[in-house]
Amino acid sequence: MIHVNTKVNGDDVEFLCDPRETLLDALRDKLGLTGAKEGCGTGDCGACSVTMDGRLVCSCLVLGAEADGKEIATVEGMAEGENLHILQEKFIEHAALQCGICTPGILVATKNLLEKHPEPTETQVRYWLAGNLCRCTGYDKIIRAVMETAADLRKAS
Amino acid sequence: MQYHTPSSFDDAVALAKDAQGVTRFLAGGTDVLVQLRADIVTPDVLIDIKKIAGVSDITREGDGWRIGVAVTGAEMSEHDTLGKEWPGLVEAMDLIGSTQVQGRATLTGNLCNGSPAADSVPAMVAAGVTVTVTGPNGERRVAVEDIPTAPGKTSLEAGELVTAVHIPARGKSGGDAYLRFIPRTEMDIAVVGCGINLRLDGKKIVEARVSLGAVAPTVLLVEEAANAIIGTELDDAALDALAEAASAACNPIDDKRGTVKFRTHVAGVLAKRAAKIAYERAEAAS
Repeated sequence: MIHVNTKVNGDDVEFLCDPRETLLDALRDKLGLTGAKEGCGTGDCGACSVTMDGRLVCSCLVLGAEADGKEIATVEGMAEGENLHILQEKFIEHAALQCGICTPGILVATKNLLEKHPEPTETQVRYWLAGNLCRCTGYDKIIRAVMETAADLRKAS
Repeated sequence: MQYHTPSSFDDAVALAKDAQGVTRFLAGGTDVLVQLRADIVTPDVLIDIKKIAGVSDITREGDGWRIGVAVTGAEMSEHDTLGKEWPGLVEAMDLIGSTQVQGRATLTGNLCNGSPAADSVPAMVAAGVTVTVTGPNGERRVAVEDIPTAPGKTSLEAGELVTAVHIPARGKSGGDAYLRFIPRTEMDIAVVGCGINLRLDGKKIVEARVSLGAVAPTVLLVEEAANAIIGTELDDAALDALAEAASAACNPIDDKRGTVKFRTHVAGVLAKRAAKIAYERAEAAS
């Protein structure tokens, strides 16, 4: 077993994991953070998206051992207590989800996008989210929620 | 499975040399971890090279570049000058996978995975990229086209690994381009890929390298195709000769994603289009 020290959503955490265990499994099974989902397990669907040192990754394609010394951010870190992140509010407002399986990954991915590109074009948002599959919404509601969030954030700043 | 994080390439080589069973090096993991999870390749020894100093650095090497073996596609795309000098190479890397994959995938991994359809490899071959291979007998410098030997196979020997990627100096009046055909608009594996790099003297092409992907068991360097445009101003006759030479070099598989006839034809079409883009870029750099 490998002893891993890492930071998740700002908190120092440690866990023991098998070398074959993924970061996704460690988050869900060792740390109880079940926001990130396993869809495909091969890096195609993006349901397990998290950031590692600020970089968007599929946590199913990162070993738990690789998280040692890194900073991980998951969907659980987006809301502050009872206060939802503006992206989460906009997703609800626009009904940008139905079954919800893809939503945590899409929220993490779009938050990362808006941090890097505060003024994305619709094309840029669609390309950025090309690795996050959604079988319910047809994507349009998601894109509208993201574009409106970006506009609101720009007004606020 | 043993998991190691050596702090030097010498330690990585020593671990690989003494390893029993299947050994894999881990950089971005976008192939290695997929194969592990799908039970296609289950390593007995996994050697993560990301804790070795310098592996995530993009640095000047003379007038060219040294790309660390763990540098990701995203880091290449975000770099200030690399993509201005070698747009074809950076765009080829950027075509691979999603944002999430770009955050992890590396040039070296794309090369060592040995896929004939790897997008960055024809671009690297066209650019004349070489890699440093380090092993129990020391270092050697190898051209990218000499690394893959068959689908999933490379010329690396037991205990050897790629430890640096070297991109040559761009020099003046040069341009490169990479194009691929996929059945979808994004996020797919090349049915045909073509990388072209050339240099002009005035309007005339004086140097060229043409590379094709996904049309043979390995990525090809097609000298006949380069010869078809060297000495020309890329007029229609030169473009037709280029397409003919590119198609003639194809020895593709026949599958649901593309028939032999289709892949052979498209190789010529893409070669023409990529040559035009590379030529425009070379003119703009003149």
